[in-house]
Amino acid sequence: MKKRVISFILTFLFMGILWITLSGKFEPLLLFLGLVSVIIVTLMSGNLLFSNPSNDYTITFFRFLGYLPWIIIQIIKANIHVLKIVFSPNMMEKIDPHIIVFTTRLKKDFSIVTMANSITLTPGTITVTANPDGKFRVHAIDRPCAEDLPGEMEERVAKVFGE
Amino acid sequence: MHILINSIVIGLLFIGLIFFTGGTLGILRMPDFYTRLHPAGKLDTMGLMSFVFAFCIYNLEHLTWDSLIVSLKMLLIVFFVSLSSPTATHAIVDAGIRAGLKPWTKKNKEG
Repeated sequence: MKKRVISFILTFLFMGILWITLSGKFEPLLLFLGLVSVIIVTLMSGNLLFSNPSNDYTITFFRFLGYLPWIIIQIIKANIHVLKIVFSPNMMEKIDPHIIVFTTRLKKDFSIVTMANSITLTPGTITVTANPDGKFRVHAIDRPCAEDLPGEMEERVAKVFGE
Repeated sequence: MHILINSIVIGLLFIGLIFFTGGTLGILRMPDFYTRLHPAGKLDTMGLMSFVFAFCIYNLEHLTWDSLIVSLKMLLIVFFVSLSSPTATHAIVDAGIRAGLKPWTKKNKEG
């Protein structure tokens, strides 16, 4: 019961901030309409967004924020790598597309999804399939891109989600 | 200050342009379906990111509540694109593999 109340309050605050950001006006009528919509949405799907609020959840969120700068740097580095391949005159020699298969120790759904999206976001690699038991098939565009996997990314994702 | 902001904005727009050009060129030059998705799905996201950051900084030059809100909305665009673009790319690749399209490799050039 207590958890439900907390998740209601969190959803309410989240939706309210989203409304204010998207509307950007502070006229009483608009604020009132926003309040009504936010309350309706919260009543309908209050336990959807923050389904199981606990202290773990907050810690995970902040650790995820710590993960973001690293992945952004990786994305920029890998983008420049693919850009070099695309612009080089002898592109056909440089690329070597192949599919690699590897198993990670990730078990939680959320960490597997994060891992899969991180792999796809770092250029040169696209996740083909990701199983719930942590098995990944990845299409890589050349050898150096594939060598980095799973490696450091798995470590960091595992750390974020406490596995 | 004005010149500084303008030069940062122009620099970011230029970088974004390079990434978009690379993405388009990659789609044209790559040998097959799967390899084409690499530049299409990601260099474009990167170009869009640096474009939107440039717009944000340009917009924040006259710092008011309205311009702050507009910049926040632009950052939301970046967030949603960087969430949906890899998912869409993954869905397309998955569909291709399921339909039985063989990836191009150096040994098997028919692919």
